[in-house]
Amino acid sequence: MLRKISMVIAAGLLAAPLAACGGDDSGSGSDSGSGSDKIVLGFSQVGAESGWRTANTKSIQDSAKEAGIELKFSDAQQKQENQIKAIRSYIQQKVDIIAFSPVVESGWDTVLKEAKDAKIPVILTDRAVDSTDTSLYKTFIGSDFVEEGKKAGDWLVKEYTGKTETVNIVELQGTTGSAPANDRKKGFGDVIAADPKFKVIASQTGDFTRAKGKEVMEAFLKANPDIDVLYAHNDDMGLGAIEAIEGAGKKPGVDIKIITVDAVKDGMQALADGKINYIVECSPLLGPQLMDLVEKVHAGETVPARVVTEETTFTQEQAKAVLPSRQY
Amino acid sequence: MTTITRLAKYRLFWPVAILVVLLLSNLIFTPSFFKIEVRDGHLYGSLIDILRFGAPLILVALGMTLVIATGGIDLSVGSVVAICGALACWRISEQGDQNSVGGVLVAVVMALGLALLLGLWNGFLVAGIGIQPIIATLILMVAGRGLAQLITDGQIITINSSPYKEIGAGYLLTFPVPVLIAIVVIVVSVLLTRRTALGMLVESVGGNAEASRLAGIRSRRIKLMAYVFAALCAGIAGLMISSNVSSADGNNAGLWYELDAILAVVIGGTLLTGGRFSIGGTVIGALIIQTLTTTIYTIGVPPETTLLVKALVVTIVCLVQSPSFREKVFKGRRQRPPTPTAPTSDAPTKVEVPA
Repeated sequence: MLRKISMVIAAGLLAAPLAACGGDDSGSGSDSGSGSDKIVLGFSQVGAESGWRTANTKSIQDSAKEAGIELKFSDAQQKQENQIKAIRSYIQQKVDIIAFSPVVESGWDTVLKEAKDAKIPVILTDRAVDSTDTSLYKTFIGSDFVEEGKKAGDWLVKEYTGKTETVNIVELQGTTGSAPANDRKKGFGDVIAADPKFKVIASQTGDFTRAKGKEVMEAFLKANPDIDVLYAHNDDMGLGAIEAIEGAGKKPGVDIKIITVDAVKDGMQALADGKINYIVECSPLLGPQLMDLVEKVHAGETVPARVVTEETTFTQEQAKAVLPSRQY
Repeated sequence: MTTITRLAKYRLFWPVAILVVLLLSNLIFTPSFFKIEVRDGHLYGSLIDILRFGAPLILVALGMTLVIATGGIDLSVGSVVAICGALACWRISEQGDQNSVGGVLVAVVMALGLALLLGLWNGFLVAGIGIQPIIATLILMVAGRGLAQLITDGQIITINSSPYKEIGAGYLLTFPVPVLIAIVVIVVSVLLTRRTALGMLVESVGGNAEASRLAGIRSRRIKLMAYVFAALCAGIAGLMISSNVSSADGNNAGLWYELDAILAVVIGGTLLTGGRFSIGGTVIGALIIQTLTTTIYTIGVPPETTLLVKALVVTIVCLVQSPSFREKVFKGRRQRPPTPTAPTSDAPTKVEVPA
């Protein structure tokens, strides 16, 4: 008897979040096809795993409102099947355009073909898919991670022009195998390879997290007594590493120069405080550009197959200037 | 030779031997590995790093040991780590003066109180209702990450509180505070389990819960206590981890910690089937795991192969730990002792056969 009751409770616990999801879906889909001449955009977001992603979502929602586009938004909670479900429901609702940030690169061909058959154009945002058939989507808007790595490398080359002694670099990579980690490493490596004085003496993954960034940097500091430069693939790992450097009795930004990518608020604060030397922006605010594309695609205009997000870089002085108005 | 064979009979001999080998192997790649110096008024060196970063894992594994000893398992510890770190950081970020010691204490007490509740929940599901431990704690493992993100609002909470920072990154009389906390918890749990009958009760519940109940032991209460203790240890570890980087990350804090903790317990020689447990073994097991991680970073194993290297070392460690494997290998090397031909002469070795 007791066992039966426990089963019921467990089943109830497991079913509760499912029911909540179901409710969400029907809620967003209820007022579809209301015969206004507004463009209807169905957007499937990856999830809300970081401040970056939340800012991304907000930018898309705000700019849709501004552009007068009706946005149907769904959160996939990091699951591909949720995203496929959302896209299928958008097809059924006959939205004008579908946009989404793919959770993973592969496995999209079937659902994208369904969209194509229904004559609904698809725009990819932020992340790419590996389909060989590029006619399945109109365009891909997002950051160019290789370019970000190159920008980081460029700054380093400029910073050390005219100096001849070896520059010892350590690198904190993102999650092994992820596109930003691979590309940021490649872009940076390509630029500094031109000058033999730049030497990457250690390179290890910090999983894009502060805790790992700190732990790995501690080990780097013990194994390599003279580190000149740290290149971290995101701000969070850089922030963790700063603590490790301070713990070793060195001054981050002075004894060890630090370059990071992303420009989230905490990172910008550290940059303004002089603990980071240079940040390459990876902007989540692609909403306005996306809405622009949506309008163009809807009007039947041709759009470039690849649109790069407008991004910049920050030095310490620039960080101080923009910090008060930073959204994320 | 005889001293070594005598030493090898101790339960902790092989884990300690593995740890020593792992540490010594670092000397080949990093000659300064064992150097410990005082920098900025505190101890500084690779060995200190291993202890400092190993402290949270030691705590979590300690709680896991008792749970496993009762014949259970707790998969939710990683989530509890995230929840407690998130709650403490959120509380501190909400208060006006982040540096006030009183406010930090309130946050710590709140977080540990929540850990206690979560432990009670696990214990209630397992001991009260009788759900399989792996399923019961799976609920909190999955739901807990959501809870942590609810507290942090899906963001990383950054705080700037020097009293809170002491817990994970501070130093007391040149010693790292997290290590001191871990030592205190270890000593308390050793005293509680080995100087009172509690340890024996735990082992008997793990050996056979029904028989112990019939013998007059409140096995449900013992189980409940084990889960509460595990959650409390995970809570302290969560405070350490979030304090170490002055931020709470609901997604990544303590991710896969439960697996590392279980591995530490197993390397330490406690059987997953429950019953006898070894706190010393668990501590050494956790140190082995942390040493391995630090070694990989120090040597500079490429990230693509890190997991493979870890897997290889762990496999070797587990094989060396296994008495039946050792027996096979050593028997193969020695040119077959004359046991089969002389059945009666070898009396002392024969006695060990269990009845």
